[in-house]
Amino acid sequence: MTSAPSPEGNLRDLLQSKSIVICCGPGGVGKTTTAAAIGLMAAVRENKKVLVVTVDPALRLSDALGVDRLGDQPSRIELSGLQGSGKGELWASMLNTSLAWDNLVRRYAPDQATIEKILSSTLYANVSRRFVQSHDYVAAERLYELHQDGDYDLIVIDTPPSRHAIDFLDAPSKMAEFFSSKLLRWILAPYRSRWVGLASRPFTQIADRILGGAFLAEVAEFFYLFHSMYEGFITRSTAVENLLADPACAFVVVTTLSPGPRHEASYLIRELGQRGFHLAAIVANKVLPSYLADPVGRAAAARLRQDHEAISAAVAPQAGLESEILSGVLAELARNYRDYSHVALREAEERGRLGFAKCPVLDVAHLEHDIDDVFGLAEMGEMFWPQRGSQQS
Amino acid sequence: MDSEPSDAGAERHLPLGVLDRQLLFVTGKGGVGKTTVASALALLGVEAGKRTLICDLDGTDEIPSHFSSLRQLSFAIHEVLPGLWGMSMDTEAALREYVRIFLHFPFSGRLGPLAKAFDFVASAAPGVREILTVGKVCWEAKEGGWDLIVVDASASGHVVSQLGAPEAINNLVKVGMVREQTRWMLDVLSDSSRTGAVVVTTPEEMPVQESISLVSRIRNETAVDLVAVVANRVLPELFSKGEEAVFDSLCAGSGADSLAQHAGGRIDPMLAAARLAIGLRRRGAVHLEHLRDELANSVPLVYLPWSHRDPESLEETRDLAAALAAELG
Repeated sequence: MTSAPSPEGNLRDLLQSKSIVICCGPGGVGKTTTAAAIGLMAAVRENKKVLVVTVDPALRLSDALGVDRLGDQPSRIELSGLQGSGKGELWASMLNTSLAWDNLVRRYAPDQATIEKILSSTLYANVSRRFVQSHDYVAAERLYELHQDGDYDLIVIDTPPSRHAIDFLDAPSKMAEFFSSKLLRWILAPYRSRWVGLASRPFTQIADRILGGAFLAEVAEFFYLFHSMYEGFITRSTAVENLLADPACAFVVVTTLSPGPRHEASYLIRELGQRGFHLAAIVANKVLPSYLADPVGRAAAARLRQDHEAISAAVAPQAGLESEILSGVLAELARNYRDYSHVALREAEERGRLGFAKCPVLDVAHLEHDIDDVFGLAEMGEMFWPQRGSQQS
Repeated sequence: MDSEPSDAGAERHLPLGVLDRQLLFVTGKGGVGKTTVASALALLGVEAGKRTLICDLDGTDEIPSHFSSLRQLSFAIHEVLPGLWGMSMDTEAALREYVRIFLHFPFSGRLGPLAKAFDFVASAAPGVREILTVGKVCWEAKEGGWDLIVVDASASGHVVSQLGAPEAINNLVKVGMVREQTRWMLDVLSDSSRTGAVVVTTPEEMPVQESISLVSRIRNETAVDLVAVVANRVLPELFSKGEEAVFDSLCAGSGADSLAQHAGGRIDPMLAAARLAIGLRRRGAVHLEHLRDELANSVPLVYLPWSHRDPESLEETRDLAAALAAELG
């Protein structure tokens, strides 16, 4: 059931005409690092002014970029060790969810009194700060804002750690749906008349018993205030959604070739397709080296595993090694090779399962060390971003 | 650094074993093998003769394959293996059950509009969704007659919201049924002889960093007791000291030609694979050391070995359960 092999390509060519790159994928595969490496390569190699935005509360980008702390305001990353006279710039920022929400309220609420009421509501504090889902909307919204400002040639963003990465994509339309739903008006109508007549509705009867009238009133008031931002939100959500579908906006799905993440990536790729978003490439991260799947190596390992005692007895004297120890080492070498080669072959199988996406799958090899500075990022970037004028490896 | 008390010592001093708890929330960063560890813990429960429930909180549907089962988990609990039952969370079904049990309000066709309205309120009213999720789990702990419930909980940040929901609601809602509900949930969650959280990580930089912050968030923002940190996929030492010297001279070329001859092929891929394994292990060891220092013996840290085999089968889960049992003592 393996489909045709994926087409060739590299991110330099695939992202050439793009102004937004969204890195998405399952958790724990290196999305943030990949986003940072893409941004770095575009700045260093293409002389672009690039902003990398992370919306992940885990502050990973700042680690990968080797800066202590990222703020909401973009900070410029030092590239002097990496580029000669290039004019490219790399900027990085981290989304501050609660600040972004506050800004939204300030922008869309009709007057100062409403702004203050919303911002001081307990429910608002919970919606904007405590609960994970609220990251998704503001992330998409902030991306739109940055794009509108037009300060950068390229914006690279990595999606929030959603249960399903798809939540990020649906956040704008969900928000629009939320504000335009009949239900909202239905709930708000009685509130406008101070809850009179409300008690007769079955929903409120039940809700009242579950939550208590005071709390329900608080919820309704919150909705009522929120509703004053209706127009702004609807217009904006639609614009954000259109931006995600724009041809200048490219998606890069990052995954490893382990079965679980690959499975999730396939799901994500299908969902992107259904929404008409543009998938530029799949980055397969932390791929094992190809020598592990080498048939000659596998045959040698099999023989060594079986005959390590006889072979070491023959080899040890002339090599000046102790036969018994050598035998143990050979057995371990063969076992280790077999184990890793098993994983490497499985990875190849999983890569085959990405063929349906009909877009390039770019391997990023297991690096020998952790990436904790721009040099490490550049080393990663080399693997999917070839030098201009050179052949793609 | 307080290197004085050894890990082994700290583990022995535990008054209560991980599996002595009835309700375990297994969490960690995405991709570290949360589900695998949850499955292994559940299997240990089954092997100890416990009536065990495993619960998928995120609906990722990864649990059945860990028991070589093809049947998807659903909100309605069913038996996965003899002695092991499974369910997956569904907030709408949880709401339906909640309303039926607590309001004596039988729902059938009329849930539609209510569910929609609920969905709506839950979008803004903090913790409503979370409380139903955690509430269902606590309900099973209290009323379900289970000896052990293992919850394959949500990834990092979200689990703190879920476990913290009863307290959050308690602070927001001053009267009403929910407030009474949160009280017994908090009783279940905060009872350290009954309930515990297990944080899973891998010996890599980001997972370790995230697990350190998760550990402190669970301690500071939830009522749940942290009972263990599991370092998953720890690579074993490849060679002993004496063997390492022999390996080094092989790498330096002694006997390489004659070895290749005897093995009927090249041996450098094998040497390279060994160097890869050694390098990965060393890299992991640095992160594990960081984790150990940060935890400073405040909670048992257990190691599970890396496995090259295809993940997600009953056989693999059994092997991991055995390794886990050995570590937990």
